[in-house]
Amino acid sequence: MKYLCLVYLEPDKLHAVPDRECAMSGQRLRERGVLVAAEALEPIETATTVRVRNGKLLVTDGPFAETKEQLAGFYLVDAHDLNEAIQIASKIPPAREGSVEVRPVRELVP
Amino acid sequence: MVKIGAVDTATPIQESIAGIYQSESRRVLATLIRLLGDFDAAEEALHDAFRAALEQWPAEGMPANPRAWLVSTGRFKAIDAARRRARFDALEDMGEKADPVFIDTDAWADDESVEDDRLRLIFTCCHPALAPDAQVAMTLREVCGLTTEEIARAFLTPAPTLAQRIVRAKNKIRDARIPYEVPSRAELPERLEAVLRVIYLVFNEGYSASSGEQVTRHDLSAEAIRLGRLLVALLPEPEGQGLLALMLLHDSRRAARTSPDGDLVLLEDQDRSLWNRDQIAEGVRLVEHAFSSGRPGPYAIQAAIAAVHAEAPAAAATDWNEVVGLYDLLMRMTPSPIVELNRAVAIAMRDGPAAGLAIIDGLLDGGELREYRLAHAVRGELCRRLGRTADAQVSFARALKLTRQEPERRLIERRLADVSK
Repeated sequence: MKYLCLVYLEPDKLHAVPDRECAMSGQRLRERGVLVAAEALEPIETATTVRVRNGKLLVTDGPFAETKEQLAGFYLVDAHDLNEAIQIASKIPPAREGSVEVRPVRELVP
Repeated sequence: MVKIGAVDTATPIQESIAGIYQSESRRVLATLIRLLGDFDAAEEALHDAFRAALEQWPAEGMPANPRAWLVSTGRFKAIDAARRRARFDALEDMGEKADPVFIDTDAWADDESVEDDRLRLIFTCCHPALAPDAQVAMTLREVCGLTTEEIARAFLTPAPTLAQRIVRAKNKIRDARIPYEVPSRAELPERLEAVLRVIYLVFNEGYSASSGEQVTRHDLSAEAIRLGRLLVALLPEPEGQGLLALMLLHDSRRAARTSPDGDLVLLEDQDRSLWNRDQIAEGVRLVEHAFSSGRPGPYAIQAAIAAVHAEAPAAAATDWNEVVGLYDLLMRMTPSPIVELNRAVAIAMRDGPAAGLAIIDGLLDGGELREYRLAHAVRGELCRRLGRTADAQVSFARALKLTRQEPERRLIERRLADVSK
């Protein structure tokens, strides 16, 4: 089962974990065969929100929700169950600086 | 829900089935959850199995192994129901695991795997990924077999709120795939802590709540003690023993804790002949067990403190030196202002009120306990003993303002009236 691990960090903690460490942890997860995809994100100032209303495109600056912690990256992992997903999430280095939200992926009903 | 053993017309076999429901239904449920992989399906299967027993056993006689019969019947009924629901699609999907003929029923209803299932159920209900109040509701509902209405009444929560909490928890278990398993050795300490927290919360709700129906609330403490016993029997870990001991030792004082008109009676004023000696003996034995492991945790230490009180023939004969030593140990393990406050009381009893007061004033200056009623109540009491009447009045008045429990409010009012004479 796939879980998306969303990494949240306060703005001043965005670079608290060195890139090298993040890259290495991603590599380890990839070697274990549990990582589907992982990326770090540019800060929230670069975000653009897109909506379509009545067929009309609406583009606004900034994220959809203002929160203290911002989405800083994600790991899409393949785990047997929530316990394994939690165990993987606990190995994501920014977990010690911010928080990691673990969300099960929903299979689309065809 | 199956009605079992309607009292006046029950035949002997119906009574036996009612007895089996009492003693086995939670075990059967725990195993069915494993076999069916779904809480709701397992509950339905459990009721179907008992309904079948009521129909078949009177004519055919009791099976040799009623539990195995119930598990295999429940499982069969669930598969049958799922087949009927899925008549048109995915039949081949079920084929592999659906045929009960090839399954050795005894193998999944033997004692060892059934006891494992009970532990799996406890750890799943107390999974930290569930909201704390959902953990409590799920444990009482699934492990103890209380009805949603009973739990709602005990926690003074509307039944629909509680029902929704349970539905949400079950959905999360299914959708986020919380596994039905006993944690590995490495995870066990943290996961056990969560289970113990749930049990202690249930106990305290029954023990220290002042509102609501007394009887129902007492049931909660009894339920928590039952849970504690079950856990210790299944998993003899020192902290589980410590918690069970702590609950037994607190509960042993229940009869002496309130006066006939419902007022709180402080430990030192309690009639110790009312204490339950059997519970004390069992609690003390468990504390000794937990300490003999060489790694007593916070529950075992608190239980040891309760045991020192329980074993003192009179309040004046309390070994305060021992109590202080145990609080020192507890402070090292789980430092908190509340533990420090309790330690200060023990110091006051050992070294005199002035020594205790100095610590409490330090704590209040620190700010963390400024809104904690008992800190002010204790300060009032120590000032009273030192003859500092005006200070005592101020502290009791402050405590009175902060308290929300009725019997506690009356106790503090009496103290305030005493020092104001």
